[in-house]
Amino acid sequence: MALSVAGVSHAFGDRRALVDVSLEVPAGSFTVLLGLNGAGKSTLFALITRLYDNVSGEIRVFGNDVRRAPSAALRQIGVVFQSRTLDADLSLLQNLAYHAALHGFGRAAARARAMELLEIIGLADKARDKVRALSGGQARRVEIARALLHDPRCLLLDEATVGLDIGARDGIIALVRGLVARQGLGVLWATHLIDEVAPSDRIVILHKGRVLFTGDHDALLAMTGTATIREAFTTMTGSADAQSTGAVAA
Amino acid sequence: MKTIPLDRAPPTLADAPQRAGFPGYLACFNGIVWREMLRFIHQRERFLSALVRPLVWLFIFAAGFRQVLGVSIIPPYETYVLYEVFVTPGLIGMILLFNAMQSSLSMVYDRETGTMRTLLVSPFPRWFLLTSKLIGGGAVALLQVYVFLLIAYAWEIEPPLLGYLTVLPALFLASLMLGALALFMSSIIKQLENFAGVMNFVIFPMFFASSALYPLWRIRESSPLLYEICRFNPFTHAVELIRFALYAQIDPASLAAVLGFTAVFLAAAIYAYNPSKGLLGRRGAPGGTA
Repeated sequence: MALSVAGVSHAFGDRRALVDVSLEVPAGSFTVLLGLNGAGKSTLFALITRLYDNVSGEIRVFGNDVRRAPSAALRQIGVVFQSRTLDADLSLLQNLAYHAALHGFGRAAARARAMELLEIIGLADKARDKVRALSGGQARRVEIARALLHDPRCLLLDEATVGLDIGARDGIIALVRGLVARQGLGVLWATHLIDEVAPSDRIVILHKGRVLFTGDHDALLAMTGTATIREAFTTMTGSADAQSTGAVAA
Repeated sequence: MKTIPLDRAPPTLADAPQRAGFPGYLACFNGIVWREMLRFIHQRERFLSALVRPLVWLFIFAAGFRQVLGVSIIPPYETYVLYEVFVTPGLIGMILLFNAMQSSLSMVYDRETGTMRTLLVSPFPRWFLLTSKLIGGGAVALLQVYVFLLIAYAWEIEPPLLGYLTVLPALFLASLMLGALALFMSSIIKQLENFAGVMNFVIFPMFFASSALYPLWRIRESSPLLYEICRFNPFTHAVELIRFALYAQIDPASLAAVLGFTAVFLAAAIYAYNPSKGLLGRRGAPGGTA
């Protein structure tokens, strides 16, 4: 199992952000973490990446407990955060080299690896350009390349397509799905956009800090007796929520 | 948009070995310091303002004050010195203080934009990452200080040549102390705009209630209470450590104080950024997104 989260709760003061959350991401799977804004997706990411401590429950990355063996766990994880985390004033190569250094790569190895990944995401010719000059979609692809630099086997993406146009979005999704298919990565894809779910995906529905459903596409439809994921999501979470926020796009 | 060649063979770990142990730590440390330097080079306005600030004090304030404030012979000076000479270590302290607080600002900003997250998902221990970042920030400050000293030399502030070398460890230690304090503060400050508060409640009191601008015996003459506050101020000790080191001397009391404060501030900062003990997870930072 690439990632397993068992019985994790977290609170900020009185506000309970996550309540007894359990989910699993098998290696070689594309698992969609579906939830509206504020459902607790980013909090869960912060717990998995050890920005916060999981006070109750257990989080394991390929069997490594993130509390007891944070180093071994973090080595296996690549993360793309919701907010942009590249240095706009530095070049693509400099950004990637910095991240490689954070994972203990020597300079030469870092460069070689960075160039290789820039090739893969189709931005090798922009290696020396500043990140500032990139489009939103290109910057996202660089962030994915960065997340892959240290060859993690588990990739976490938090709303990776937010703010991107349809073309760029499709490009990002295709890139990540390709990684799952070809490299056997376990991917946890957090999103509030229902149309990013494919029939082959595993689905976890997170709502107001609680997991309402885990399973595959067909199981979700069967359980809710609906024809589409959108209807199933609306049924499970309450239609008023979905409509009032307008967050769930069809 | 370019097409993505997904049919390429994936790179493997064997191509680029990730290093553990000492070489890995060294690569990580170098990477963090190198990034701080790069960021600094790319922010020319920051460099300019960091330099202009103490120079304005030196060229205008000190020149004006020269006639007002007489400085008697106090160690480490062996003769009467001009006010400009006396105030130089204080202005060096000012460079370090502003640099540290600016890095505190960037910490808050980083945390909001997520760069801090990138740092903290590194598999190396958090104390190591944070200390490396502080040293990186300190290295940037040293650069500023030496450029300032070079300009000050042309203004006839001429400490002994050896002083330029002996001041180096003092600068390093002082910037580490102030950086650690700033780092700890960055874990407490919630919002970026609160930096104005940092100016008012931290930078100004620290700077003015210290020996940066006037000798402490002068302060004691006017207010014994203020004198005690100045004596307790970590910044006073940083300035005195630099003042003596610039004349190739060691002030043991200041050295002890700066070492002690550094240890305390560093421990507090590491504590605050420790996910299981610190303050981050309790209050919903960073980003504020759930």
